Amino acid sequence: ISSPIGGAELLFDGVKKHQVTLPSQEEPWDIRNLLLWIKKNLLKERPELFIQGDSVRPGILVLINDADWELQGELDYQLQDQDNILFISTLHGG
Amino acid sequence: MPVPRCSGPCGGVRPAALRRPRTGGAVCRSCFCNAFEAEVLTTLQTGRLLPPGAIVAVGASGGKDSTVLAHVLRALDARHGLELDLRLVAVDEGIGGYRDAALAAVRRQAARWQLPLTVVAYADLFGGWTMDEVARRAAQEPGRARACCTFCGVLRRRALEEGAQRVRATHIVTGHNADDMAETVLMNFLRGDSGRLARGGTLGSPGEGGALPRCRPLQFASQKEIVLYAHFQELDYFSEECVYAPEAFRGHVRDLLKALEAARPSVVLDLVHSAERLALAPAARPPPPGACTRCGALASRSLCQACALLDGLNRGRPRLAIGKGRKGLGEEGEEQSCASKDRGRPIRAGAIQAF
Repeated sequence: ISSPIGGAELLFDGVKKHQVTLPSQEEPWDIRNLLLWIKKNLLKERPELFIQGDSVRPGILVLINDADWELQGELDYQLQDQDNILFISTLHGG
Repeated sequence: MPVPRCSGPCGGVRPAALRRPRTGGAVCRSCFCNAFEAEVLTTLQTGRLLPPGAIVAVGASGGKDSTVLAHVLRALDARHGLELDLRLVAVDEGIGGYRDAALAAVRRQAARWQLPLTVVAYADLFGGWTMDEVARRAAQEPGRARACCTFCGVLRRRALEEGAQRVRATHIVTGHNADDMAETVLMNFLRGDSGRLARGGTLGSPGEGGALPRCRPLQFASQKEIVLYAHFQELDYFSEECVYAPEAFRGHVRDLLKALEAARPSVVLDLVHSAERLALAPAARPPPPGACTRCGALASRSLCQACALLDGLNRGRPRLAIGKGRKGLGEEGEEQSCASKDRGRPIRAGAIQAF
């Protein structure tokens, strides 16, 4: 359900799309939990370039189903089945 | 949390797709893209940046900014009859593994948009020096870990000028965005470079000493909006960091600015605005520049920055050109960490005042 692009894929072995099935847990999954899970299971190198504190590194945009996560509660957004979470890095030249 | 409806001109017909950093407004994809393009048009028109008939060299790096710039200029030209003759000019710095992939992106863009593309290479322009060679030489000098972007910024500015002259351009546009501008303002503050600080707020340079006029049509567009615009328009761009960029001072400033932005989303544009309000005190103004004795370009010393730099390299002493002894060039500094993020000539530090 998550796909890092815009350079962020480089921290994930260059893989742009990840179809993931999250294990069931008592608490509902939100973005905060998802980031922890990604850090533990998907991140291949230098986690500090993706996650800082309990959120994404400032400068990485997050789109939930192609809409800005700032409109959707950011870390508190509760994941639904088939959600598409996109991480786009703005932190490079151009 | 349900996505709010668009508060833009569509009247809430569609769900919002982003929150705009400047206004905090939630707008849909379509209203956003229209507003983004309209704002670039306003920047062009307010500053009278590109007159009808202009032959415009677009500094193209394959990255997000220049990609969005070329796309928007092309769209605005077609829609509003701006009578622009757009030509892509890309600079091959000779950075193995990095620039090759970026240039491939520029070539795809040129083919898709049917725009002429000219590539100018450091190696051809600068007597065989590639950026990798320069970096290797600079690394042999002790304590110059941050020098790469300093060299590259100076040389790239010159290379873009050369490329633009070759395609007979009348104007140069670069993809600097509001975040780049704000980073530069902060860096100039942190380095005490009041001369640059005071000049930083203008829309570009009018073209002096034979140089072509330059402008930055995206300088009020935030990084976030540029990236989202590229995403929504499905633009194909290259998004890797230059191998030398992690060494640059700009990186620290960028992190600081991003942290500030999290607390105050308008901080980027506020900083750009701050720079617009600054002017040099009369006593601090530098003497008018002369011409480089070697190439004739505008220079505040006998050699312009690019010639002084190459001179140092060719004599096997790159520090000659960038060390403390040459304060002006030191001030030019490492800020040019990414393609076409170059600025004007150096002027002496001095007091600033707000007007």
